[in-house]
Amino acid sequence: MSDTSSVLRIVWIYPDLLSTYGDQGNALILRRRAEQRGIRTEIVHVHSSDPVPAEGDVYLLGGGEDRPQILAANRLRADGGLKRAADRGAAVLAVCAGYQIIGETYGDDDDNPLPGVGILDVRSGRGETRAVGEIVAEVAPELGGGRITGFENHQGRTTLGPGATPLSRTLTGIGNDGRTEGAYQGQVLGTYLHGPALPRNPQLADLLLRMRVGDLAPLPPSWGEALHEERLAAAL
Amino acid sequence: MSELPLRAQLAAVLGKGAASLSRATGRGDGSVIGGKIALKVEPDLLAQLSRGRRLALVSATNGKTTTTRLIASALRELGPVATNEHGANMPTGHITALANSPDAREAVLEVDEKYLPQVLEATKAAVVVLMNLSRDQMDRASEINLLAKKWREALGRSQAHVVANADDPLVAWAGMGAHYATWVSAGQRWKEDSWCCPECGGHLKRDPDPHWECPECGMRRPEATWSVDNDADSVVDPAEQRWPLRLNLPGDANRANAAIAMATAAAYGIQPAQSLPRLQEIRSVAGRYTSVVTDGVEVRLLLAKNPAGWLESFAVLDPPRVPVILSVNAQIPDGKDTSWLWDVDYTVLRGRRVFVMGERRTDLALRLETDDVPFELADRVSDVVAKVKAESPDATKIDVIANYTAFQQIRADYGRVQ
Repeated sequence: MSDTSSVLRIVWIYPDLLSTYGDQGNALILRRRAEQRGIRTEIVHVHSSDPVPAEGDVYLLGGGEDRPQILAANRLRADGGLKRAADRGAAVLAVCAGYQIIGETYGDDDDNPLPGVGILDVRSGRGETRAVGEIVAEVAPELGGGRITGFENHQGRTTLGPGATPLSRTLTGIGNDGRTEGAYQGQVLGTYLHGPALPRNPQLADLLLRMRVGDLAPLPPSWGEALHEERLAAAL
Repeated sequence: MSELPLRAQLAAVLGKGAASLSRATGRGDGSVIGGKIALKVEPDLLAQLSRGRRLALVSATNGKTTTTRLIASALRELGPVATNEHGANMPTGHITALANSPDAREAVLEVDEKYLPQVLEATKAAVVVLMNLSRDQMDRASEINLLAKKWREALGRSQAHVVANADDPLVAWAGMGAHYATWVSAGQRWKEDSWCCPECGGHLKRDPDPHWECPECGMRRPEATWSVDNDADSVVDPAEQRWPLRLNLPGDANRANAAIAMATAAAYGIQPAQSLPRLQEIRSVAGRYTSVVTDGVEVRLLLAKNPAGWLESFAVLDPPRVPVILSVNAQIPDGKDTSWLWDVDYTVLRGRRVFVMGERRTDLALRLETDDVPFELADRVSDVVAKVKAESPDATKIDVIANYTAFQQIRADYGRVQ
């Protein structure tokens, strides 16, 4: 956690631009799973007119429509706070449009490449078809394995550079390209599982928490696990 | 009808036949199938059926069906009104509505947000009524910034008079594309989709509510001549006269709908003294807000399809001792993606007895658990009524909030109540 306090700071970046699909869920589940283990938390909302604080623990970026996505990318690049935070080892979870803009480049509506924040070695462009529907993927074994489930709704296709590793292997749905889903590089994670990716995958929430607080006490199974199983059964 | 070319007459008659067949065989209310067949015979039918009439088109994310009903009721002051009161809000439904009322000079049509530009172009409507735009089911609906842009451009190409909510920045920006406008301060409870300037993307300054302006480009809320005063349950007209509403439909959302309807009626020369009594007569709209009494318990049905709709529904819940049933499905008309549940704040339900049902009740269960709202699982409304009644024999009310197909399933259990 932050050197300066014993509070886990969850920083939600630009809810005014990047919050289209229930993205708030990721912040709420991180807070709940941390507090159930006696870890105090604070959720910080950073609007696009505000500077991004560098001293957060977990940074969350959500989905957005084409125009807000470009605005968000430009403001994040000009601000520099997210990059500084990632450089100092903060954990980052970026979904959908957020995933694309933390990469090296992403495509505008005419598929011209635009510069991203550059904290994840991926490049995104527009695919021929829109990927819409339930997705299931097998998480990389070095991240703990297991399956993740979510809903994807994007036109993007993402290619990984040498610095990034696939987060998971796609079982149903498209993800990056129909073969892999999402990417990670150090403590920076990106995924096309949009909106409430963490509520639907409690193990992913714990993976992010572990990056900042180390070992975690197990929690008794609850509705998050029940939903996870239900969606897996429905999609496979 | 007699003024229609022969081919269009034939199309309209064929369409009506199919609609009757659909109703007779119990497949639907006939609004869609009739229009589909008619359109095959005469693709230009909507334009032809609109000729010689004065049309008002009503669009928004929420409140379309209700506001269409309110405006149609007010305009009956002038004579018969053609309207798609069953909520079939695409061109096929419009054709059926117009063909069914060949003698109505006035028409009020609810229009799906996406279809508004093309329907405006085809019908050359005199009036366009716009209430709100917010996130809806995004696996099938359009992005709302894009919608607002298309509305704005379509209005700019038309001669329509727009009646619009000045307090919703996206709607106001779209409405500013029109050559003539009446602005209504109708309020906006859900603001999470309009923090960005529709013109330049800057972060809007929204203080004091309902004022909004962009500190970057200067775009700002237009001056409204009509306004809602929710605390006083009244509407203030352009002459500063205050009209106590006393509607039979609940909540601020319906006060907003009524204010918009009164402003629209006034554009037709129908003053509030004439229009308001007509609005007050309406008690339910296509099953929404209906109450059904079983075993001495009044079950009230509220339809809520998206986060803004849920927020409005929470605001009209009965006092906390009244239990609430939440029911969510994720079929195609609902949107197959339940992510939006996380945009809704459920903490307002703390202290209330809550039941969850529907095909996606597990999603609801996790969502409520996360907001520390205790709940019970249920399979049917009648089971909840029996349970509540058995435990507290003096219970008299239960509220139900459901999304689209969940609502229709519950309504079907009660014989498609209106």
